[in-house]
Amino acid sequence: MGFFSRIKAGLKKTGAVLNTDIRDLFKSEGRLIDEGFLEEIRGILFRTDMGYDSTEALVAEIGKQLRGRVVQLEEVVEVLKAKLKELMHQPASPIEFATSGPTVVMVCGVNGAGKTTSIAKLASQFKRDGKSVLLGAGDTFRAAAVQQLTIWAERLGAGIVTAPSGTHPATVGYQTVEKALGEEIDVAIIDTAGRLQTQSNLMAELTKIRAALAKALPGAPHEVLLVLDATTGQNGISQASKFAEAAGCTGIVLAKLDGTAKGGVVVSIRQQMGLPVKYVGLGESHEDLAPFNPDEFVDALFADVLNATA
Amino acid sequence: MFDALQENLGAAFKTLRGQGKLTESNMREGLKLVEKALLEADVSYDVVGAFMKRVSEQSLGEKVLSSLRPNEQVMGIIYQELVNLMGPVDHSLHLKGKGEVTVLMMCGLQGSGKTTTCGKLGKMLKENGRRPLLVAADLQRPAAIDQLHVLGEQLDIPVYSDRTTQDPVKVTANAVERAKKLEADVVILDTAGRLHIDDELMQQLRQIDQRCHPDQVYLVVDGMTGQDAVNSAKAFNEALELDGVIMTKLDGDARGGAAISVKEVTGVPLKFMGTGEHLENLEPFHPERMAGRILGQGDIMSLVEKA
Ligand SMILES: Nc1nc2c(ncn2[C@@H]2O[C@H](COP(=O)(O)OP(=O)(O)OP(=O)(O)O)[C@@H](O)[C@H]2O)c(=O)[nH]1
Ligand SMILES: Nc1nc2c(ncn2[C@@H]2O[C@H](COP(=O)(O)OP(=O)(O)OP(=O)(O)O)[C@@H](O)[C@H]2O)c(=O)[nH]1
Ligand SMILES: [Mg+2]
Ligand SMILES: [Mg+2]
Repeated sequence: MGFFSRIKAGLKKTGAVLNTDIRDLFKSEGRLIDEGFLEEIRGILFRTDMGYDSTEALVAEIGKQLRGRVVQLEEVVEVLKAKLKELMHQPASPIEFATSGPTVVMVCGVNGAGKTTSIAKLASQFKRDGKSVLLGAGDTFRAAAVQQLTIWAERLGAGIVTAPSGTHPATVGYQTVEKALGEEIDVAIIDTAGRLQTQSNLMAELTKIRAALAKALPGAPHEVLLVLDATTGQNGISQASKFAEAAGCTGIVLAKLDGTAKGGVVVSIRQQMGLPVKYVGLGESHEDLAPFNPDEFVDALFADVLNATA
Repeated sequence: MFDALQENLGAAFKTLRGQGKLTESNMREGLKLVEKALLEADVSYDVVGAFMKRVSEQSLGEKVLSSLRPNEQVMGIIYQELVNLMGPVDHSLHLKGKGEVTVLMMCGLQGSGKTTTCGKLGKMLKENGRRPLLVAADLQRPAAIDQLHVLGEQLDIPVYSDRTTQDPVKVTANAVERAKKLEADVVILDTAGRLHIDDELMQQLRQIDQRCHPDQVYLVVDGMTGQDAVNSAKAFNEALELDGVIMTKLDGDARGGAAISVKEVTGVPLKFMGTGEHLENLEPFHPERMAGRILGQGDIMSLVEKA
């Protein structure tokens, strides 16, 4: 099931929570596109967290195309969607696998974003694709982070490399890649401790972990995924920029998209730094992962608006 | 890019400052930038609308327009409105007497910082001569029980858990019942993270609430939350009648505008803020500091001084 249909299924339950004022704006005869209307559109866009500049650009686009006309909501939303789909367009390539030897994936992000769970989901996906997976418990800091990943490894039948609390994560990363090489594992995924992007010493640590992976295997890491919580607001831009700088991120996993948060900040991120979204997380189970599909994502951004009018 | 708020406000005040006397139109231009700043700080769109209306009305009043120092006046109005929105504060945990057991319950979305905050509150209480008991009522997240035990060990605070059941209602009820025997006078319940739209899990929270009658129920909110803060806070408040909000992860560069949104929809006080992963990183919430943070304090102070 694509993630749009899952989100839509979720939305059915949420009617009461969501803002449905927009429904009242459209009588059957349609509505004149004037300043007051554009203000309503602004509200819809802002509530997705796409940010000021993206919102203003889209509102201007609607104004340019439709001002003075009487239209149906669907028509307006179609124009918005078309523009956004254009902005969010990216080639479908969930993961770049190494041409030979293990593919090394490093995962990073702020505290509690969903890194460890996303690793479990990725491991599960790779195992289903017939690949062998080794996890590296690189969060040697947070209470019981190693146990958390160990439980996932056991559940999924993946190998795991652990080290005592306080071990330098670069060491764990290095050992994980070494073991993956020795045992001819297909994919090694390295967990890292959550950190805020303003903690420069911890950001420098990411650079070191990255270097350790490259030392163990030239060309590694093949993917560095930034896990972003879909409920995050404009701080997501700062996260993407600083994590990309310190860790050389290759893509985003947008976690917790099963709630009512829209994850619209990725629109700004995409516009400002071109970092692609590779996967979305849609729940707490290891199966709740879907490859990112920009068209479905854009449809989901406006699903509740259209639902409310239906 | 990340100091956009500060820059915008600087620009706004330059606009306001250059003129010897303000006109309505250049005032509006300045206020537009303030609105942008608030939205970029993640204050809820609807709250910003109402806020700007109030600020505009006051700013466009004859008194401000004709004043010698309009910037200072406008700044004062904005700052005061923000402080009003986030106050009044209440830093008390409303503990009962030492012979009695007070029950505190944490709830919130996944990963917001509930478990860590349980540890932080436990540490604070212990330092104040109380006997806290941490209760592991998250039976869902892998190793959630272990996480709380590790925190308990670090703090030398007892942790109640029961690995034989899948029922958090039972765990919390048993823990509260046994609190006195365990020589505890404050029970802190760590519940599993959940989505506010997950009916089953929200119902489970209500059951814990009905069985244990927590004296205080706190919503733990990630300080980086965007526009959706209003939806989740509203739903948790409707399910549980919250007594307070704790906002976490404010040690980074998030502006934390969600604080305003959450206060607005729940009406309950913002009590504490988490300012780090370490267990001593818990501070009382101060609307004045938060208003400064949302607006970019350095600029405000210097501009108010220069004005
Ligand atoms: N609803 C939902 N919950 C999720 C999703 N991904 C992760 N979670 C939950 O979010 C919480 C935090 O997830 P973790 O994977 O531990 O996050 P993390 O980034 O590793 O956290 P730290 O290591 O502490 O920084 C857990 O309760 C997860 O079950 C998702 O896609 N949807
Ligand atoms: N920087 C920072 N990190 C924090 C703060 N509070 C909690 N964290 C981190 O955020 C992550 C999630 O915290 P938890 O306490 O596990 O969150 P939770 O709400 O219990 O998560 P679930 O039980 O999975 O829903 C961990 O990495 C914590 O160390 C804070 O104030 N600042
Ligand atoms: Mg983790
Ligand atoms: Mg927890």
